[in-house]
Amino acid sequence: MFEAIAFYVFAFLTIAMFYIVVTTKQALYALTALAAGMIFISAFFFILGADFLGAIQIIVYTGAVMALYAFGMMFFDTTRNVQEKKGNKYLIVGLSTLAAVLIVVIFAAPMVSENIVALYPVVDGVGNTQQVGLVLFTKYLIPFEVAAIMLLVAMVAGIVLSGKKMDLSLTLMDADEIKANEEKNKKVLS
Amino acid sequence: MEIGLNHYLVLSTILFAIGLVGVMKRKNLLLLFFATEILLNSVNIAFAAISHYYGDLTGQMFAFFVIAIAASEVAVGLGLLVVWYKRHGHIDLDAMTSMRG
Repeated sequence: MFEAIAFYVFAFLTIAMFYIVVTTKQALYALTALAAGMIFISAFFFILGADFLGAIQIIVYTGAVMALYAFGMMFFDTTRNVQEKKGNKYLIVGLSTLAAVLIVVIFAAPMVSENIVALYPVVDGVGNTQQVGLVLFTKYLIPFEVAAIMLLVAMVAGIVLSGKKMDLSLTLMDADEIKANEEKNKKVLS
Repeated sequence: MEIGLNHYLVLSTILFAIGLVGVMKRKNLLLLFFATEILLNSVNIAFAAISHYYGDLTGQMFAFFVIAIAASEVAVGLGLLVVWYKRHGHIDLDAMTSMRG
């Protein structure tokens, strides 16, 4: 009963928030609505018993990703209203067709998958976080490490792309060049 | 009234359709990124629901990796956006015609 109420309330809130994200003309409204929608989605994870996933959703999405977007928006001119494409009839028809096909496929998918067997079944009497740790560090250890390397590469790429003077390398320059660069910087600063 | 797997799949479909409309409609690249986040989140809901109703942890594992990929995508994508904005002063999708695609 309470599960149903919670599901419908959070479903309504999430759909409303994401609808605002897609339709609003102010980038700041879109950002705040997206952050709220992320938190409402974590509620679904808690209802479904995936506690660890819900906590990760709040920490990573509303903590890290939204903060990153907020910092990114400081670079861009976000006070101006966002221009939209003029209505295209073919686009609307194509979108509705795609959405309809998607709904049909998703409804048909459970009928095909009647004979699914759980590969890593949920154990009774153990917390969700413990189970996730057991599966993640035994069966999914290599994807976990690959994801770690991918995050490292993404971090280096983000720093190099958005940092200043990343085309210069102190280890590849002579002492004279470094000194010349420092004097140039002093002139700029003073 | 019991909430079943189909409820969650319908919700996930609706959210995915909203994100898809956003991807097709938006011209500003930052708001296009927001729409892709909606797509990834709707898929995460479907993964968690299937994981719960089939008693299998694989769905949650996939959701974790989707979250990791989304985080790295945002880091690299925002870096590229900042570089483009410094060079051209706008992030409009329609004005990016330098490759004549």
